[in-house]
Amino acid sequence: MQDTKSREVSDWGIPGTYVFDHTRSRLGYELNKLCYTLTDPKNRELYRRDEEAYLARFKLSDDQKDAIRRRDWLALTKRCGGNIYYVYKLGATVGQGLYHLGAQMRGQSYEEFLGTRGAKGAR
Amino acid sequence: MARIVAGLGSSHVPSIGPAYDAGRHEEPDWKPLFDGYKPVKQWLADTVRPDALVFVYNDHGSDFALDRVPTFAIGVREEYRQADEGFGERPLPPVKGHADLAWFIAKELIYREFDLTVCQEMKVDHGLMVPLPLLFSHEPDWDIRVVPLVVNVIQHPLPTARRCFRLGEGIRQAVEAYPEDLKVAIIGTGGMSHQLHGERFGHLDQDFDAQWLDLIEKDPERLANMSHREIMAAAGAEAVELIMWLVMRGAMARKVRRLHRNYYAPMTTGMGLIALENVE
Repeated sequence: MQDTKSREVSDWGIPGTYVFDHTRSRLGYELNKLCYTLTDPKNRELYRRDEEAYLARFKLSDDQKDAIRRRDWLALTKRCGGNIYYVYKLGATVGQGLYHLGAQMRGQSYEEFLGTRGAKGAR
Repeated sequence: MARIVAGLGSSHVPSIGPAYDAGRHEEPDWKPLFDGYKPVKQWLADTVRPDALVFVYNDHGSDFALDRVPTFAIGVREEYRQADEGFGERPLPPVKGHADLAWFIAKELIYREFDLTVCQEMKVDHGLMVPLPLLFSHEPDWDIRVVPLVVNVIQHPLPTARRCFRLGEGIRQAVEAYPEDLKVAIIGTGGMSHQLHGERFGHLDQDFDAQWLDLIEKDPERLANMSHREIMAAAGAEAVELIMWLVMRGAMARKVRRLHRNYYAPMTTGMGLIALENVE
């Protein structure tokens, strides 16, 4: 297993912000590695066909696997070491775009989130 | 001798790509963005007519993974294919590289103590593919040859804003040492204000962006003195990409003339554009 147990992630003192520094990159290495493989369309197809088998190919912690299964994008970036640019490839694979991820991280529905934007047609 | 003939700063927001490909230029919510690029594209094609473009951007985990993260990397090929970022490729031809200039810049910079990673295999993602067709023609093929320069703005520690500015100064010296009579433009991309993760997703600061556009033109020293944390706290964590604009600015003269400027913030990211030329 990865040496992820009880490692603290950093706090840069910016509310609602989880800076991708060494603490998160070490913790999230396998998670981000999984996401990177989804830049290959064949892997996206394999992932969609059998998610559990795909997850088993990587040394993920139980917490990371849980967060992936629950599509908990906030947990993935906040405490599981996921970097948003990698994690959004997982979102794309399972049919959720960046704005869906963002709405959930803000604790809003997609429609509520769009209502906060100036010109939501520009998406 | 080659010389730097234009400096550009531009966002590279990924959603612009599909909107461009689908021809949504005249839709009311997209028009302010696309219209902003038109005069700059025309200025480049009719007046500046550069032979090459040094393109400063970042990869977003599309080609580079976290197994090896170069702080600065330069592409030295004649051609670059697109990276697949999870949803396939865009209908654009492969990007044409300027390998001779790229190798020369790599050599000059490394001897000037900027230790770049030199890449003969590199795919380019939206960091490059979004601004390029807004500024240059690709029908039937690209009318510009590119030297891609990739900066790590994803995994901290990042290079400092000051280091980026100095890299730009080095690029200018390298270009001016190039034996051929080339006209070279340089673009720094990324930002502007935005945050794409955490409860603060969607954070924007239009005042910060306006000030950045002012200062990149008139007082880049102040921007070069900013810390990553200052930028992230004010403008969102992912806004730290803006340090790449300082590479462009470092390559320009102290005093510049601004030709164009555009700003639009419809969704989650301030979309900025600035076009500068040197005042000698």
